[in-house]
Amino acid sequence: MSSWTIIQQSLPMFGKGFELTLWLSFVGIIGSIIVGIIVSLLQYFNVPGLHQLASIYVEVSRNTPLLIQLFFLYYAFPVIGIKFNAELCGIIGLIFLGGSYMAEGFTGGFNGVSKGQLESGKAIGLSRWQLARYIVFPQGFSLSVPAMAANIIFLIKETSIFTVIAIPELTNTALDLIGMYYRSNEYLFVLVVGYAIILIPLSIILTLLEKRVRYGSFGN
Amino acid sequence: MVEQILQVEHLEKYYQKKHVLHDINFHVDKGEVVTLLGPSGSGKSTLIRCLNGLEEYQQGTITFEGKQINPTEKNWQQIRQKIGMVFQSYDLFPNLTVMDNILLGPTKVQKQDKFAAKKEGLDLLTRVGLEDYANAYPRQLSGGQKQRVAIVRALALHPDFMLFDEVTASLDPEMVRGILNIIQDLADVDHMTMIVVTHEMNFAQQIADRVIFLEDGHILEQTPSKQFFSAPQTKRAQEFLDSMDF
Repeated sequence: MSSWTIIQQSLPMFGKGFELTLWLSFVGIIGSIIVGIIVSLLQYFNVPGLHQLASIYVEVSRNTPLLIQLFFLYYAFPVIGIKFNAELCGIIGLIFLGGSYMAEGFTGGFNGVSKGQLESGKAIGLSRWQLARYIVFPQGFSLSVPAMAANIIFLIKETSIFTVIAIPELTNTALDLIGMYYRSNEYLFVLVVGYAIILIPLSIILTLLEKRVRYGSFGN
Repeated sequence: MVEQILQVEHLEKYYQKKHVLHDINFHVDKGEVVTLLGPSGSGKSTLIRCLNGLEEYQQGTITFEGKQINPTEKNWQQIRQKIGMVFQSYDLFPNLTVMDNILLGPTKVQKQDKFAAKKEGLDLLTRVGLEDYANAYPRQLSGGQKQRVAIVRALALHPDFMLFDEVTASLDPEMVRGILNIIQDLADVDHMTMIVVTHEMNFAQQIADRVIFLEDGHILEQTPSKQFFSAPQTKRAQEFLDSMDF
């Protein structure tokens, strides 16, 4: 069979994998942004007790590989009686990882708001909370858009690791097909194209968004 | 008797071990315009920033409108509504329109009625010639226009006292006059009490009732303006004036 026929015949399966990769990434990224916002706020406001917890979470999450985090969720948790299906494991793992990266991005943004802005806010009598609400958060979130964009791309690529817990996303689909038909070149080609179709347009959109937000908030 | 609005007594300020303000004592009368002069690094900005709590001081007292300030952040928050400050770098909030920059303090801090505050904001903008820019963003303004908005933003809180920290230092020369006229107008028409840090000697001479001359964190002299510019008491002040081109 020609390569082209092999590729054509595999497309319906890759299509399902493609959809699953998109779906898991989408849920994982939204979850990561939510966790990231919560964690960065706990740290910004130095919430007693909780901000130390947030710091521990960030350190653990950023300093362990997603692969190991997934093994933990998938193999270790059932030992203590907590069992998730593979997809839920994947999503939880991705949010656990992404939450800390997003949090660091937001924190970086908050810290990037200039001293002059804070002082002129204080000079008109703003309280700590008002300063955060009207100055630090709007500007800080804008400043963190580039980090957030990088994290989004990163998290989508990380979903390829889900293959180790047998989630039939793009990479898993390719490896499965290779295992069955031994046509590595064709299937790996489709795999690369699959990721490129997601990531290249997204990357372009995110770059445009960065510029737009930057101009909207800071005018340059 | 003239009412004193501000008294500073035995103020000492350190940055870690560096002693930057030494036993600072002065007062400002209501309606008086004081300029702080001195070479770069003499502590002018640090001193003026101590007066609205942007810098901590380690010893001494500041008394404002008859009450000694207990220098906690919470107290400063209250006092800052009465002491307006304008900075060298304008620092308008780039994410807000000109009008929202102006309204933030009056409506969020002082809970003024938004409609009335907006009307007053427009009046103030008209006064500085920027009535057409209410809905513009800071990025659309020139440096001089930004600084005028920054002044309006401070005035919108109805302060009793204004601090101007080298407000013309980063402006193009042709913009400077406009800003100085606004400050002059505040002094002449509103009889606003103010402390002005500036390197514009002509302006200082024209606007100030009194000059406080600072060097290396010490007040070397406090002299009525006329006398300071014609015959300063100290040799250092004379040298300083000789070195300035005006």
